[in-house]
Amino acid sequence: MKPSAFNYAKPSSVDEVLGLLSEYGDEATILAGGQSLMPTLNMRLSAPALVIDINGLSDLSGISVDGENLRIGALTRHTEIENSPGIAEHAPLISMAMPYIAHPAIRNRGTFGGSIAMADPAAELPACLCALDGEVEVTGKSGARKVAAKDFFKDLYETDMAEGEILTAVEIPKLGAGYRSAFDELARRHGDYAMAGVAAHAKVDGGKISDLRLVFFAVGSTPVTAKKAMNAMEGQSVDDASIAAAQNALEQDLSPFDDLHSSAALKMHYAKELTKRVLTTLSGG
Amino acid sequence: MADMIKDHILDRPNSYIGRSVPRPNAKRLLSGRGTFTDDIKLPRMTHVAFLRSHFAHAEIVSIDASAAKESDGVVAVVAGVEMAEVCAPWVGVLSHLEGLKSAPQHALAVKKASWQGEPVVAVVAHTRAQAEDAIELIDIEWKELPVVTDMETALEDDTPVIHPDLGDNLAWRRNLDVGDVDAAFANADHVIEETYISNRHTGVCLETRAILADYNPGEDQLTIYHSTQAPHMMQSLFAKHLDIEEHKVRVICKDVGGSFGIKVHSYPDEYATVALAYMLKRPVKFIADRLESFTSDIHARDHRITTKIAVSNDGIIQAMEIDDLTGIGPYSVYPRTSGIEANQVVNLTGGQYQHENYRAQATVVYQNKSPMCQYRAVGHPILTLITEGIVDDAARAIGMDPLEIRRKNLVPDDAYPHKSASGMPFENLSHQASLEKLVKMMDYDGLRKDQAAAREQGIYRGIGLATFIEVTNPGPAFYGVGGAPISAQDGATMRLDAKGNVIVEIGVTEQGQGAEAVVAQCAATALGVTMDKIKVISGDTDITPYGGGTWGSRAAGIGGEAAVQAGKALRQNIVEVAGIMLQSDPTTLDIRDNNIVDIADGTERMTLAEVGRVCYYRPDTLPKDYQSELVVTRHYVPKQFPFAFTNGVQGCYIEVDTNTGFIEFKKYCVVEDCGTVINPQLVDEQVRGGVIQGLGGALYEECLYSPEGQILNGTMADYLVPMAAEMPDIEVGHIESPTLDSELGAKGAGEAGTGGAPAVVMNAINDALHPLNAKVTVQPFTPERILQALGKI
Amino acid sequence: MTNQIEQIQVTTTVNGEKVTALVEPRTNLVDFLRNQMELTGTHVGCEHGVCGACTVRIDGEIVRGCLMLAIQADGLEVVTIEGSDDSGEIADLQKAFHERNALQCGFCTPGMLMAITEMLEKNPDPSRQEIREYLSGNYCRCTGYEAIVDAIETVANTRKGA
Repeated sequence: MKPSAFNYAKPSSVDEVLGLLSEYGDEATILAGGQSLMPTLNMRLSAPALVIDINGLSDLSGISVDGENLRIGALTRHTEIENSPGIAEHAPLISMAMPYIAHPAIRNRGTFGGSIAMADPAAELPACLCALDGEVEVTGKSGARKVAAKDFFKDLYETDMAEGEILTAVEIPKLGAGYRSAFDELARRHGDYAMAGVAAHAKVDGGKISDLRLVFFAVGSTPVTAKKAMNAMEGQSVDDASIAAAQNALEQDLSPFDDLHSSAALKMHYAKELTKRVLTTLSGG
Repeated sequence: MADMIKDHILDRPNSYIGRSVPRPNAKRLLSGRGTFTDDIKLPRMTHVAFLRSHFAHAEIVSIDASAAKESDGVVAVVAGVEMAEVCAPWVGVLSHLEGLKSAPQHALAVKKASWQGEPVVAVVAHTRAQAEDAIELIDIEWKELPVVTDMETALEDDTPVIHPDLGDNLAWRRNLDVGDVDAAFANADHVIEETYISNRHTGVCLETRAILADYNPGEDQLTIYHSTQAPHMMQSLFAKHLDIEEHKVRVICKDVGGSFGIKVHSYPDEYATVALAYMLKRPVKFIADRLESFTSDIHARDHRITTKIAVSNDGIIQAMEIDDLTGIGPYSVYPRTSGIEANQVVNLTGGQYQHENYRAQATVVYQNKSPMCQYRAVGHPILTLITEGIVDDAARAIGMDPLEIRRKNLVPDDAYPHKSASGMPFENLSHQASLEKLVKMMDYDGLRKDQAAAREQGIYRGIGLATFIEVTNPGPAFYGVGGAPISAQDGATMRLDAKGNVIVEIGVTEQGQGAEAVVAQCAATALGVTMDKIKVISGDTDITPYGGGTWGSRAAGIGGEAAVQAGKALRQNIVEVAGIMLQSDPTTLDIRDNNIVDIADGTERMTLAEVGRVCYYRPDTLPKDYQSELVVTRHYVPKQFPFAFTNGVQGCYIEVDTNTGFIEFKKYCVVEDCGTVINPQLVDEQVRGGVIQGLGGALYEECLYSPEGQILNGTMADYLVPMAAEMPDIEVGHIESPTLDSELGAKGAGEAGTGGAPAVVMNAINDALHPLNAKVTVQPFTPERILQALGKI
Repeated sequence: MTNQIEQIQVTTTVNGEKVTALVEPRTNLVDFLRNQMELTGTHVGCEHGVCGACTVRIDGEIVRGCLMLAIQADGLEVVTIEGSDDSGEIADLQKAFHERNALQCGFCTPGMLMAITEMLEKNPDPSRQEIREYLSGNYCRCTGYEAIVDAIETVANTRKGA
């Protein structure tokens, strides 16, 4: 399986990238980590005329704290994030999700921005970003703009990015006082795409949950924020009754469809099981 | 026979038999310095890629390859009609599978394609990428034909017939009816029936199929580097279908990255590659990529079997009956045929138990899916699943412990030789001893206690048992009698060279299982040298004795025996000349640790190097009427029994998470009886690797098809193979019941692990879920199927 | 139609040796190493990043050779199994593998050894389950993994003791 022939460019500035995107339109594709792009090229599922290698844009890499927010450059590798004390401190949900993402060799090259831009429905990071009320910074010819994570993931592999734009950074509010995170997914094998997964984040005070975010992945075309389940838990302690109420509410929040390895019924069942697990973890149980 | 053999191989001093010697030829693989077929470069080498049918069943109306021919780097574009002039079609039938019928199959599809992935046009170019570029420029007009995918309806009147000349979609039917099954069922205290399904899956060798063929017109010689298990068979087939004299075809098998039966068959794209080299008079290389491997490697194990058992109240099995339906793709694969898997199911279901009433029907049907054929443990995973599954079902029906029902019904260890109800002759098996050993290894009683305690906590754990029989060391009864050019005989040529080193040329092949090491151990022991003196050469039809290669777990038992006999014979020749040189009676001499020694007291008299020096450089110092012969060849083929059956038992203890349907292994034990064990570590590792491969089929692997016959999960991301994190450690124990059909007494061990694994896992799951009235019968036993059984989804 | 794509020069270091070569943009790293550098120890198993047979090291980190373009190695350091072998850094692993028969066909072995080298660097004292999880991106069809875990455990213990 060898790719169709393409031209290659390695720009050294974002402006250069935008110029090439403008010139080539949908005949160009961005190469960041390559862990998702390369298989599609190898299988000839994608045959761009130009591959734009953005790995030279070192400004787009790095983790920094900017006031109340964590800023993660789009080109930051998963491994760097996995090992980052800053992420562990300020966005532990992401640290929790990291070991589930594929395997070390993939994480050494794969980028945070790449995962967000790809918006694979079974990916961990888009759901985490939603659960943390993060923002995506997208840059185009007219400059940078920010999109709330919940508005960024539109449909299957479809984001709010327009043609000619690239994802340059992600911003996440630092972990607030009293807030906790929990993450879990069910996959057939370690590192596989999830059959169902959940990113959870809430304020926990005296065992009571408030401001809960429960964002599921691998259960729909995009991450799904389970609003009814979240409302059901507002102000509640985590016990059998409240868990059951949240699980029931999920039936209105989620409408999964079958995929190759898990039916809609299985996904719903797993979503409920995962809800129980993360709520239990959040409450310290 | 053992008593009659003087100088018995198992009595040799300084013996390597039974020692876990590390494999000498593994070191280069650890350095990344092996030679796999794709590692080989030849001058002017080209690459071939194939345009394969996207449709499961479609007529080829027209092919326009004009643009492809002009594409960069393209050397040739060849389609079916042109290829058929060079490469004759084949028919995958053997006479001993009476009634098996199959249509002629071509290297490149002619007139129509019958499965998704069938090669249609070959493009040869300087690089693989260029060949793939050109393929995109080929224009084919297709006319889609109705697709036959459901094996259940393949024989119904309104189902389209794939090959009209055959009349219907029936490949083969076999019926066996022994004893009085109807009476047994009528009179039985209990009759238990179940339908089991084993879903289609495939081998997924890490090294994909690979072949590099070159034709030298100056020598009229075809040289083929092939990642194959059976070089002599392939030599025969390539010669036959290209109409070339067999000795003009040389097949060389270098390092093989896993085969498992996938690489023991002949493939249309490989015939095409060889034909192209012949046509173009230059090297052509074909490396199947992973996507085309999923559609073009043989698939296996697609069966639906209705199984019935009659038992008495006290747990005695009185009869068994099976109805096996299997779908095999549109052609019976050549030359081993696609009837063998079903044949094994009929032959060996229930064979470990004493019952005389047995009825079996196997129906093998054609479908528009990838062709199916022999894959590690051929048929045994399925027949063991249904046998051990129905026996557990019977145990549950009468409230008997599964261990107890087996103890009551296994053929006793002192009953041999014994014939199964199906007529299979067993020389000597050890079902009882193996089972008791397993019971101890597992601490069966302890596990039952643990299970009971766990249940009180709402934790569901289960014990699975699976006794099994496994075919190894096949004689000519397997293929030769049916007309296949497959040798059941193997030979070893052993030579002492001028410096006292030993070269062994052997017809069995190395696939990573350690064939070369085992042969070296046998040769060294038989001759009396240390292993570092031995070089083993295998996998070259120009050099080694004619042989069968590696399949049916035959390399150790058959290859090893040939090496033993050759070693003993060479030793005789050497002590004869040493006797002359030392003026001693040769019967008082032996070879030990590379030296000629006095048997009486072990005194070293002379080195083998000295023997070599004299024989090769100074024959003038030997008597005029004496000629030394330091090269001998001996052959071996099993003659007393058509196969060396082995036996064993697997037991596992698992926990089923009833919320997720996930399984956790808590214990996994295997007792294996493969006769004389030459290298315990290698045998144990074959068992382990085999079990994990069996667990793949049991838990993860399934080729999913659309109703249109398109594979839905033909990538490594979507077709799930076992990876390290989910797999258990396995404890392996042994009983040794040597075969008397050879001096070595070694049977085979390569497939047994795979044969027993699905049964043992299914039984463990069902044992765990029994209190919840849940049961699984469809393999792979996925979390989804487990949760469905539990009624949770 | 012909594809007249210009080849690009790549300057990289492979196993300590500076290399300048012309590559097609679409050539991936593992094909470049195998075909142009003729370092055939790294193997191709799937070309979609799942099996791990193509694992090599780039600037000290393991990557999938099938998921990088050769041109991306420009200015970077590549280490393959041959380089790792020559340097002696995996000598104890190779010995343990050999003695424990932690390889059969050997096709996955180079990728395994590269992955294990990184694992032991990051976690010199892994549990058996940790070993299994780290290696869960490297497919082996022959061994069933247990012998590999045993061999690694042996090496980790020896290195600890030394």
